[in-house]
Amino acid sequence: MSVIQSHTRNKIFKVLAFGVSFLLFGSAFASGGSEEHSKKSFNAGEMIMHHIADQHQVHIASFGENHISIPLPILLVDDGLKFFSASKFYHNPVQIPGLTSHAYQYENYVMVDEHIFKVGTDGALSVENGEVSSTTLKPFDLSITKSVFGFIITGFLLLLLFVTAARKYKRNKNQAPSGVQTLIESLVLFVRDDIVVPSIGEKKADKFLPFLLTTFFFIWLANMLGLIPFVGGFNIMGTIGVTVILALCVFVITTINANKGYWMHIFWPPNVPFAIKLILVPIEVFQIFLKPIILMIRLTANITAGHIIILAFVSLIFIFGESSVAGGYGVGAGSLIFMIFMNFIELLVAFLQAYVFTLLAALYFGSAVEEAHH
Amino acid sequence: MVILLSLSPEPGTMLWTSIAFLVVLGLLKKFAWKDILKALKDREEFIERSLKSAEEAKAQMSGLKADNEKLLAEARLEREQILKEAREVKEKIMSDAKLSATDESNRLINAARAEIEKEKNQALADIKKHVSELSIDIAEKVIRKELSDKTAQQALVDTYLNQSPAN
Repeated sequence: MSVIQSHTRNKIFKVLAFGVSFLLFGSAFASGGSEEHSKKSFNAGEMIMHHIADQHQVHIASFGENHISIPLPILLVDDGLKFFSASKFYHNPVQIPGLTSHAYQYENYVMVDEHIFKVGTDGALSVENGEVSSTTLKPFDLSITKSVFGFIITGFLLLLLFVTAARKYKRNKNQAPSGVQTLIESLVLFVRDDIVVPSIGEKKADKFLPFLLTTFFFIWLANMLGLIPFVGGFNIMGTIGVTVILALCVFVITTINANKGYWMHIFWPPNVPFAIKLILVPIEVFQIFLKPIILMIRLTANITAGHIIILAFVSLIFIFGESSVAGGYGVGAGSLIFMIFMNFIELLVAFLQAYVFTLLAALYFGSAVEEAHH
Repeated sequence: MVILLSLSPEPGTMLWTSIAFLVVLGLLKKFAWKDILKALKDREEFIERSLKSAEEAKAQMSGLKADNEKLLAEARLEREQILKEAREVKEKIMSDAKLSATDESNRLINAARAEIEKEKNQALADIKKHVSELSIDIAEKVIRKELSDKTAQQALVDTYLNQSPAN
């Protein structure tokens, strides 16, 4: 057992060390290359935001001006469906007067900071105060972005993992778990026995288990995917469009399954004077919506923050490297240690956020179906 | 600007995410969670049942052992009883045999004694008869010899006459 553990630990360590060093040197190449051309000084904030924001491509590596990336499909609803590859954008960078951000153009569409705008009738994009003016038309963007792509990959991995395991469970009935079963069993039992059953109760837990298990493993695996280098630096659960769906599911399931007692507590709290009720009821009603929103923000912020910190350590190297090469290497060594440390923390956070989200969702479900006890 | 934009959910992201999530949730529910959760529950019940039946078997075993011991003790007691009875029977037979043997021997001895007595009496009677005959013979001879002389005969008669109570 301990042999296997230390083996896994070694593997994780290797992957992490490799990833961090890649992050370090890969970005160094990219940055060095662009510096020669534009002579623009390094902007840490821009670089970090660029990395954590959703994109229309999965960036794998850059060597000088050569970018290795997978362009994702763009789908626009604008006088019918427009469907084309994002490479059409990325192959045609344009300089828009008065705009500092990167811009790309394809036919009538201009992509600024990964947001797609439609050019005006004069064929140009109107710019106000260094930004695209708020009146600019935006086509309804239904593109498969990097986060969506990562989310779908996570879904496939989950299906692969758990359907395989389920087959094995069916085949080896009443036998000790082996192989992929051992991998998932402790986690499934953890979710069932330590999160769902204590929050909802033995009787009603079965109804919510599939959703909560799916949510837990989705968040965890997506977070882990974001920590693996070379696969695009996914920030899946740090994308608000993704977490808002998870929170919405929690909200819908809570509301659908809520019993009389739950609504009573909100609209007519028992054993409370009338005057207090007037204050309490609006707060309780507000809370119905606030709870899932908090879930969403907590998850998004935590995962994004982790990415920002690691990227900030990378930025440090370039900030110091700009003033002196020796400084860059010196700070690089220090940053590397911190990044390795942060990656370990992120491994923990990846699990912790999945745990917290699932636990709170289970508690909300539990309060919605709780038997009256007055 | 960038931060605000990244904070507002993109409709495309939401659409695809919800489709992907619901599809994965549905597939996992149908093909994974149902089987996994059922298998886990079944196995837990199986283990619980097995433990329970093992416990029962243990209890049964100890019951059987107690029964066996009881049976053994009973058998031992019965054996003792039988042995005791056998011993008693033996003793009785022996004492009976001894008793009847004594009786028989006593009877034989008595019979023998009676026979001996009878024989002795017979012999005594024989001897008496013989002796009386012998003495009569002797007396006859003596008398014959004594009474050959007349004076001697007279003397004897006188003696007897003197001795008779008629005197």
